[in-house]
Amino acid sequence: MNATKTRPVETTEVAPTPHRAAAGPRRTWNPSKIGVNTLLIITAAYTFLPLAWTALAAFKNAGAIQTGDVFSLNGFDPIGNVAMIWDYHDGVYLRWFVNSLLYAGVGAGLGALICVAAGYAFDKYHFWGKDKLFGLVLLGVLVPQAATTLPLYLLASKADLVNTYWAVLIPSLVNPFGVYLARVFASGYVPDEALEAGRIDGAGELRMFWNLGLPMLGSGYTTILLYQFSAIWNGFYLSLVMLTDRDLFPVSLGIYELNTSLPSEGPQFLPVVMLGSLIAVLPLVIIFISLQRFWKAGLTAGSVK
Amino acid sequence: MPGGWRRTGAALALISPFFLLFVVATLAPIGYATYLSLFAERSSGLGFGGTEQVFVGLDNFKQVLSDDRYLSSYLHIAIFAVVGVPLMLGLSVFVALLLDTAYARAKRFLQLGLFIPHLVPGVIAAMIWVYLYTPQVSPIIKVLGGMGFEIDLLGHTFTYPALINIVLWMGLGYNIIIYYASLQAVPREVIEAAIMDGAGEFRVAWHIKVPLIRSAVALTAIFAAIAALQLFAEPLMMAKASARSVTSDWTPNLYAYTAAFTKSGQFGAAAAASLLLALLAAGLSWVVTRFASPWEKA
Repeated sequence: MNATKTRPVETTEVAPTPHRAAAGPRRTWNPSKIGVNTLLIITAAYTFLPLAWTALAAFKNAGAIQTGDVFSLNGFDPIGNVAMIWDYHDGVYLRWFVNSLLYAGVGAGLGALICVAAGYAFDKYHFWGKDKLFGLVLLGVLVPQAATTLPLYLLASKADLVNTYWAVLIPSLVNPFGVYLARVFASGYVPDEALEAGRIDGAGELRMFWNLGLPMLGSGYTTILLYQFSAIWNGFYLSLVMLTDRDLFPVSLGIYELNTSLPSEGPQFLPVVMLGSLIAVLPLVIIFISLQRFWKAGLTAGSVK
Repeated sequence: MPGGWRRTGAALALISPFFLLFVVATLAPIGYATYLSLFAERSSGLGFGGTEQVFVGLDNFKQVLSDDRYLSSYLHIAIFAVVGVPLMLGLSVFVALLLDTAYARAKRFLQLGLFIPHLVPGVIAAMIWVYLYTPQVSPIIKVLGGMGFEIDLLGHTFTYPALINIVLWMGLGYNIIIYYASLQAVPREVIEAAIMDGAGEFRVAWHIKVPLIRSAVALTAIFAAIAALQLFAEPLMMAKASARSVTSDWTPNLYAYTAAFTKSGQFGAAAAASLLLALLAAGLSWVVTRFASPWEKA
């Protein structure tokens, strides 16, 4: 736990270890093995200590957190913290959590379907202007979403849509990178022969997408859904500009607002921030661990060629 | 060819939901921002008649581009990217290579665990680290203080290290997993042949493994650079914690946000600022993808 900040520096200092790996014979615990695993332990410590600090602070009272007394046995008050987060502004935290589930669940569930439909069409059909349209999709990948968020706010305020669920939900559905991924998946998982066979049997094109293409793209759909879900769940800028009504906040914005208002609300609410952060991280961690192979599919489809 | 028409119809039906939303949520906002950027709010009459929109041509762009704070916001992210991106990618490649050696233990656990910071919402990760930079609260400062080092992690000296560390913490495991996955795709025969020829782990890593994951590194470099350009939540959190080192217009996105929300709605300037950013980002990534062309197979 000590000196987390200096870790990257230590890493570079011990960097020559693999040189020794070259010379060392393969015994059970040779210097190379110790060197490699020491560096991996340092990396793991750098990764996990801030998480451990958050997880412990989530169950401690405000005094213990503020005095830096987190990595100890003092000041634990799990029941008090749970009660506090439950009571805070008539349970507004639960509301934020449900809002996040709604934005991310509906946004990703529907958004990924829209991506898969478009990606499938780009791979399986030839139509006029296809290359130009796909160029537009790639342009959408290149223009960072954060750069269009403020313009989106300006338009939404003109259309009187700010401070509504729609203001966050509609932009969340758009995922150009998902269309790109879906096209890669469609070319890999849906053989053209299957569609030809379907056509000979007289199936309609849209029915074929629904009954033939979509089931074959199931894992691709799940992959895109997971990435979109995590992007929406972790998103912050869009809801920050669009929402002022506390009841519509997703959990990340709620915690941010609460944390910045601690000086006025009172530092005794610090445990709400900590426990709230811990709870906000859990859904993605659980989903990630239980659906690992889909995450990997997305990572490799995007990078390994 | 009636079948052809039916197929074109199906294709259009399948892509139209995406393009409808793309127009509404991406193209239309850009168009409207372009329109807004050509106008400015001027108080009319004697000042109590409210405000009116006046066409000002490119004045907003001129104003933004001659604003030192807007220009220095680009300087900030340039420094951030030039130092932070190579550091993150270099460390990620290094750890991925370690993980890929025969010596590494607990590979599965590390693959899962190192990814977790990437799952933490950026604003929460930034908040946690800002607490870990805060005197009294932070165990890091306490330990360093015990060893006789008095440091101010929220001060000027540590502006870049503090920000880079937050982004590094979130991105390190993500990049490691990508590189590790592409290292798995390196044919084992190639590596075994090299070892038979007497090459050690280090030589194999540097001469065989690294060249083979170059395209993965190039792609993540683009992602990291685009992410740096849009930096928002992390510096905002730092600005809230200490106005000393990070100001409320420290990055281009923060500048536009501040112009629109806290300076009583300078929408024209805000629109111009975000359009320039979008243009720069798209141009930059277009140039990069043109030369690195990782999308080639699309």
